[in-house]
Amino acid sequence: MNDGAWNTPVSPGDDSRRAAAPNGSGARPHDGTALVAEALRSRREQLAQRWADATPFRAVYVAGRDAAVGAAHRLVDALAEVAGSGHCADPSAPGFERVRPQLAEMLAERGAAGATAAQLGAEVAELRHALLALVRDHASHEGGDAGDAVVAAMELVGTLRLVAMETVLDRDAGIIARQRQEILDTATPVLRLWDGVLAVPLIGTLDSARSQVMTEALLEGIVEQRAEVAILDITGVPMVDTVVAQHLMRTATAVRLMGATCVLSGIRPQIAQTIAALGIDLGGIRTRSTLADALAWALRHIGAPAGG
Amino acid sequence: MLELDGVLLASVQTELTDATVVALQEDLLDRAAATGADGVVIDVSAVEIIDSYLARVLTEITLAVRMLAARTVVAGMRPAVAVTLVEMGLDLPEVETARSSAHALEMLARR
Amino acid sequence: MGGAPGAPTVLPIRSDGDLIRVRRAAREAAVRAGMSLAEQTRMITASSELARNALVHGGGGRVEISDVTRPGRRGVRMVFLDEGPGIPDVARALTDGFSTGTGLGLGLGGARRLVEEFRVDSRPGRGTTVTIVSWSRSPT
Repeated sequence: MNDGAWNTPVSPGDDSRRAAAPNGSGARPHDGTALVAEALRSRREQLAQRWADATPFRAVYVAGRDAAVGAAHRLVDALAEVAGSGHCADPSAPGFERVRPQLAEMLAERGAAGATAAQLGAEVAELRHALLALVRDHASHEGGDAGDAVVAAMELVGTLRLVAMETVLDRDAGIIARQRQEILDTATPVLRLWDGVLAVPLIGTLDSARSQVMTEALLEGIVEQRAEVAILDITGVPMVDTVVAQHLMRTATAVRLMGATCVLSGIRPQIAQTIAALGIDLGGIRTRSTLADALAWALRHIGAPAGG
Repeated sequence: MLELDGVLLASVQTELTDATVVALQEDLLDRAAATGADGVVIDVSAVEIIDSYLARVLTEITLAVRMLAARTVVAGMRPAVAVTLVEMGLDLPEVETARSSAHALEMLARR
Repeated sequence: MGGAPGAPTVLPIRSDGDLIRVRRAAREAAVRAGMSLAEQTRMITASSELARNALVHGGGGRVEISDVTRPGRRGVRMVFLDEGPGIPDVARALTDGFSTGTGLGLGLGGARRLVEEFRVDSRPGRGTTVTIVSWSRSPT
């Protein structure tokens, strides 16, 4: 881990070395990125006041302007840290990490108010106007290259926008995963038809995620209810192909490994024909044409008193 | 290992090294041969995972016990274990199963 | 906590007893990732298969376990490394071979079916690295 030691005799922190890297010859005091960092630090208050009136802050911190200014301060500080580290184009720069939660909160609020992802991106990009004006002003006072500084500032805002969009995507991915799980859970009820007899009425397509959830729920049900027979009813399944058949076979096998018996019911004539035509071997699974037939078989199997 | 009415009942512990599995297999077959048991029940309700090694040993025991003219029933497999075995493609076609040891003893008594 | 990003837990695979320790560590990582019991069991079973492969066919090695995240989800990565003879034909080693009994077939092929991401890097004489990743179905 000492491969970099030869060119850093005074052993400064990692940051100073990285900041120097873009120029190769070490950080000149007034290169664009350094100028932006300086501008953000020395004119922190001025920029925060301007940003507090821009949409992302004004529309979110409605309780009072102080809160908006406070939030804007945190963003200015974060960008100053990013620019100071010389990583204007890196969305994973530590400075950005500090404001991610705040950005996520702000954008979630805007999203709840009806703003689309494209609008959110545009609103974040709007912040550049105040920043660019300030950077130009600072450069002309300090005698640096305003062009370089503006390019660096544009790059910084572009990366900020990317970070903002990432927080939106992260949130959406979380919501989608949660909703998907809820749908899976509610789409596969395990019904107790009789003492010792369970049934799962399958409706719609049976993909592997759903098949997994269904199988796990059924097996847990077998344990809880001390069930001897599990009926898989496919009356509501529009199509059985080799993949679906394989899922059904696996479920039946898992039921068998638990010491219970699986019965497949609700096989309509067309589906029976498809299964035969595809050459799928459902051997090993007991089948019945209707759920009622399957239940009748189950009751005989467990020796339940004939109820009529 | 218990012996009840011509049936050997072995409970498998939670965490097994491969060496323990081999010892169990040998022990079980020795006892089955020595006692002339009609049946062997292997209770796996405490077992949290069955990998291909243990699955193979369960099949081997079943086949060996069959040669001794007796039946083997694997009892009490946990749902997560059953699902995992099936997903690995290990259907244990030779192995008889029961929901619990009590269920297994009942099955063996029936015939 | 040994599961911070970039700081994997490293365990040796030198003996029968190590397999148990690998399974325990796999379980702990799976629980940290919020996996359901069935998901934990898949992960632990896969780790058991691959650790045994490293021990029996690779002459021993080690495993590196890390927590991983992606938007809305948490998971576990396990990397099994050995310096054994390597696998000359990975594709063939992955096909199931219950009948042969001693082959790699079930270990590798079975483990692959239990995880979402699976990669084998093996060069004859240079050892084998198997990387698996599994994700928790329940959102963070």
